[in-house]
Amino acid sequence: MIDVTAKYFAAFREQAGCGDEALATSAVTAAELFGEIAAKHGFLDSVARCKVAINDEIVPWDTRLDNGDVVLFFPPVAGG
Amino acid sequence: MLFRISSEPLETERLKAALRADRAGACICFEGWVRDHNEGEAVTALEYEAHEPVAVKEADKILAEARDRFGVLDIECVHRVGSLKIGDCAVWIGVSAEHRGAAFDACRFVIDSIKQRVPIWKKEHYRDGESGWVNCATGRPATER
Repeated sequence: MIDVTAKYFAAFREQAGCGDEALATSAVTAAELFGEIAAKHGFLDSVARCKVAINDEIVPWDTRLDNGDVVLFFPPVAGG
Repeated sequence: MLFRISSEPLETERLKAALRADRAGACICFEGWVRDHNEGEAVTALEYEAHEPVAVKEADKILAEARDRFGVLDIECVHRVGSLKIGDCAVWIGVSAEHRGAAFDACRFVIDSIKQRVPIWKKEHYRDGESGWVNCATGRPATER
């Protein structure tokens, strides 16, 4: 198990009811962690439409997590 | 070359003045405005949210890609966050180039890429009192709004 901080934005923040939370997880990759929190909070958007950043760098979903990572979950973007 | 996030109304004339250069023969400016409808819904206001550290990093990459790909002289871009009303300017992009073709192409590339890649989100408020995040799944059919 590793300890990470998950941060949520926009629709995800509202669905989770919080902007961030500390998690102890057995997830190995960012995608696996997304699977866990999506099930927990009822996120409906698929990984394909979302993005993830670790410690403020956008990374591929198969990136491995390290203890202490801050993992940012971005729902589908809609700037402009 | 500069991208920034602003919580204040955009001063587009001042932004445009920063692009002036004697080598430039063209200046293309794009303004994205808040529209009073979207996908059949009457929209009364918008809220924009950004995660600024990543938004700035990703947008800087887009501006550099546009400069390298189209050979333009300069690009400035500012995106609003916070509460906006109908008619407000939500995003401003200015591109200067020696010739117009490159400026048009780079401007189009920048706005299209921002919409796809930069962590900025838009919440629409509807006339019936409901609201929703654009592009995000809610599990609620649009007809219920």
